[in-house]
Amino acid sequence: MSRAKKSKGVMVFIEFRRDHIRRGSIQLIGEGRRIADILGVKLSGALLGHGVKKYAKEAIQYGLDKVHLVEHPILASYAASPYSKVMVELVEKYKPEIMLLAATKNGRELGGRFYVHLQTGLAADCTAFRVSKGKNLVMIRPAFGGKSLAHIMCKKTRPQMATARPNVFTEPERDPKRKGRIIKENVKLGPEDVDAKMVQFIAHMEDEATRLADADVIVAGGHGIRKADTFGTLQELADVLGGTVGGSRKVVDLRWLSKDRQVGQTGKTVRPNVYVAIGISGAVQHLAGMQESEKIVAINNDPEAEIFKIADFGIVGDLFEIVPEMIRQIKERRPAKEPT
Amino acid sequence: MPESSELRMVVCIKQVPKAEQLKIDPVKKTLVREGVESEINPSDLHALEMALQLKDKHGGSLLALSMGPPRFIQALETAIGMGADEGILLSDRALGGSDTLPTSHALSKAVEHLGDFDIIFCGEETTDSSTGHVGPGMAANLDLPQLTYVVEVEVRDGHVRAKRAVEDGFEVWETTLPLVITVNHGCNHPREPTLLGKIKARTIGIIDDVNADDVGLDKEKIGLSGSPTVVDKIETVELPDRSGRIYSGEAREAVTKLLDDLEAEGII
Amino acid sequence: MDRFDVIVIGAGPAGSSAAYSLAKEGFSVLLIERGKFPGSKNVFGGRIYTYPLKRLFPEDWREAPIERYVVQENISMLSGDTAVTVQYDSLRTGSSRVNSFTAIRLKFDKWLAKRAGEVGAMVITGTRVDDLLVSNGTVFGVRAGGDEVKANVIIAADGVASIFAQKAGIRPELIPKEISVGVKETIKLTKKRIEDRFNVGEKEGVANAYIGQVTNFLRGGGFLYTNKDSVSLGVVVQSEDLSSHRTEIQELMERFKLHPSIQKYIEGGKVVEYSAHMIPELGTRMIPRPYANGFLAVGDAAGFVLSHGYTYRGVDLAILSGMAAAETVKAARAVNDYSAGSLSRYLHDLRSHGVLSELEEFGRTPSFLGNPRIYSAYPQLLCGILNRMYTVDGGKKEKMFHIAKEEMKGKISLMQLMKDLLGGTRSM
Repeated sequence: MSRAKKSKGVMVFIEFRRDHIRRGSIQLIGEGRRIADILGVKLSGALLGHGVKKYAKEAIQYGLDKVHLVEHPILASYAASPYSKVMVELVEKYKPEIMLLAATKNGRELGGRFYVHLQTGLAADCTAFRVSKGKNLVMIRPAFGGKSLAHIMCKKTRPQMATARPNVFTEPERDPKRKGRIIKENVKLGPEDVDAKMVQFIAHMEDEATRLADADVIVAGGHGIRKADTFGTLQELADVLGGTVGGSRKVVDLRWLSKDRQVGQTGKTVRPNVYVAIGISGAVQHLAGMQESEKIVAINNDPEAEIFKIADFGIVGDLFEIVPEMIRQIKERRPAKEPT
Repeated sequence: MPESSELRMVVCIKQVPKAEQLKIDPVKKTLVREGVESEINPSDLHALEMALQLKDKHGGSLLALSMGPPRFIQALETAIGMGADEGILLSDRALGGSDTLPTSHALSKAVEHLGDFDIIFCGEETTDSSTGHVGPGMAANLDLPQLTYVVEVEVRDGHVRAKRAVEDGFEVWETTLPLVITVNHGCNHPREPTLLGKIKARTIGIIDDVNADDVGLDKEKIGLSGSPTVVDKIETVELPDRSGRIYSGEAREAVTKLLDDLEAEGII
Repeated sequence: MDRFDVIVIGAGPAGSSAAYSLAKEGFSVLLIERGKFPGSKNVFGGRIYTYPLKRLFPEDWREAPIERYVVQENISMLSGDTAVTVQYDSLRTGSSRVNSFTAIRLKFDKWLAKRAGEVGAMVITGTRVDDLLVSNGTVFGVRAGGDEVKANVIIAADGVASIFAQKAGIRPELIPKEISVGVKETIKLTKKRIEDRFNVGEKEGVANAYIGQVTNFLRGGGFLYTNKDSVSLGVVVQSEDLSSHRTEIQELMERFKLHPSIQKYIEGGKVVEYSAHMIPELGTRMIPRPYANGFLAVGDAAGFVLSHGYTYRGVDLAILSGMAAAETVKAARAVNDYSAGSLSRYLHDLRSHGVLSELEEFGRTPSFLGNPRIYSAYPQLLCGILNRMYTVDGGKKEKMFHIAKEEMKGKISLMQLMKDLLGGTRSM
């Protein structure tokens, strides 16, 4: 009998950070639930840490049937090698047919390590999943900077592994009444399993990363803004629109903007209500990070710029004239809208 | 600088198509690859720069390793132009169609074949497949510590201290040599290749190539047969239908029209 | 490796031809190009005369990236909405004596540099040479960034605004009088449209030259070449005339494109490339001694360009001068003497390769072409005469002589016409 036939169930790696389960993991519980229901199998979670039982309960409330809880002082905070070792043991013991992780930085480096020990396939940064007629998982991910979607399958080996992009799948409702099993797992870990230690964490001054991802309005600048100073004007526009500022890879490379404000393939994927692209030509990598915005407004002097092809609204012209004019006119309109 | 502090380093690099030049044929809905230039994978340049800075400080050697068809030599030439000492291209038809699992395997075997290294560098991910799997995969194969998305690194007496960029800040990690480091995109300013570097890259013997047999690869474990995943199909992205009301002309008027639209949509 | 026999700066036609000729003879050659690849600074189409290429690659010159063989040449004098055209049908494509072809320089330059690389020249791209290394009046190498590379001879092939010919002290700074300003566009059509509109077969094309209205009767001209699926269109005007008449060349270009004789060709086309650039019009006032101790200048860098308004030549002279420079270096190696004295035989080699004779032969032309009447009075005159001759409006038809005389009134005297015609014939 092939290994594939013995494997059953969907397992999700539950990633927590400091005092919360990461949103990417919660979203993945929702998607994992959907897949498990299609297949008619159980959905389990793998939770590694120390003193993290509360997260096990919470994860169940989001939709898990059971949680494999692995607690050990060495697992208190994330580290690739011991986490990888435990994940290999869990997967070999329970043989899920599908193993999912959120495509956070840690999720990606962990998946990228332990799938090698399992000698199976891993699809990175998936944005959709389907189940094929043959009950294989179709792992769908953007390819070539989002211009196309690759449907990846892993038919020969189990588990079928994937990391899934955060903020793409909808977060499931939390049901406080939902019950599930918490299975305590024993693992042997010793100092020899620790090959690197985190000694310090430097948080971003404010949680800018989340702010960009959460923003309703993003005003983003590209190479066309010509100098770092222009972000002052962009910030002003963001302020009148009630939003925040982001940018393309080029402006981050030029150090006009901090890396955590970067939108695009190597930056953040955002889906605000309004995305205002200013002086952004629309390289595929950038489009990959913002094309699902509710409304896209583009301002660029090049009528041929790719960005106009996906814009709802836009102006072809000199941004140095248009942006200040926008700020002025928005301010002008405001009092009229407000009731006295 | 004492001999023992010198670092033996390897940087794994790849030649990739320039993503911004890739377009979808509007009629055939397929990817237009024709006429697309290629370049060294952008985050590999940051990896090279990080390694070169360590080499500047500690001395030692830096080898650039790539796996792919002969045209990948361009990436190796860039690396040597920047200051790498030599380049190795692992090239074999049997490697064609490898997904990240056999790629990590083959590169790990190549590294073992080439000698003992203190640090194996990779870029955080490539722009053409953007998985970020190869670095951690090599660390798994070689049973080494891994530090990913690294923005700064210091080495002292075999101890490594590195800063990694995560979503909500930076983490400082400590480990020991040898290890695998993947380098965060944009963390430094990669130096330009120099004239003498470019000349060196063209000098016979600086760039060498090895094949699957040379590094002892089992043909079953590489290429299509060694790849667990298959690309079932490529689907062209249908972007959400956009209304596309684009104005031009006099700024004041255009802005008024735009804001009218936004107001009608309830945006402002 | 920081020493070569020869370093060539610039991988255009002149530089690559020199590098190819030398590398083939076993010289170690470093060819340094500033652009990301050879030709990257020169994206346009143009006409290239065949004969130097046949000399450089007798066996396989046809492998060059040829767009179309020129089988028809037209010279049009434009006035108002009208045009008088002289048409010359040259040899068809099958003929081995085909005189010229059109090429996209980006492709052509790339191909030529590749040929140099194939015979052993080291072609380095994306590197800008910052300076020459000079000691006691002898050039002995180049500096790029912090790197120095030495050679017995440095060949400057860095184009019109050659800073290295200046740095080597053999060329004064260009003065505007000697410069023309040009704009060029590549207009994309389809292969079929080209063949239909120009009435040519596959691989066949035309080279058109325009004077008169095109430059607003200033000294200069316009041109149109057919590529495979595009046309190269441009206007060249004396920079001096432009400034004294406060005319913008871009404006001339726009009007040129609207002229009925151009519009019919480019209708429905899309501008895919545009650029403005300088062309030196040194004629025989090219650098008198294009050599110095350890140094040679080739192609545009040495002023080997002929620009007549209706014909522009540079690539052919560039290739020939590159070949001549290679001959000179070969002879210098034989005696192991790279001094200016030894390299002075470059003049002889230029002559035997036909570069100097070409330039000298056309020596009288610049003064003929300096004559503003060529660009203003004559096109107006001819168009006026023919317009009246061919206008059938029911009125009484006049005799041609009367028409001509009337048209000439206030524009030009009969004496001047005779003088100019004689002068022109002599220098052509």
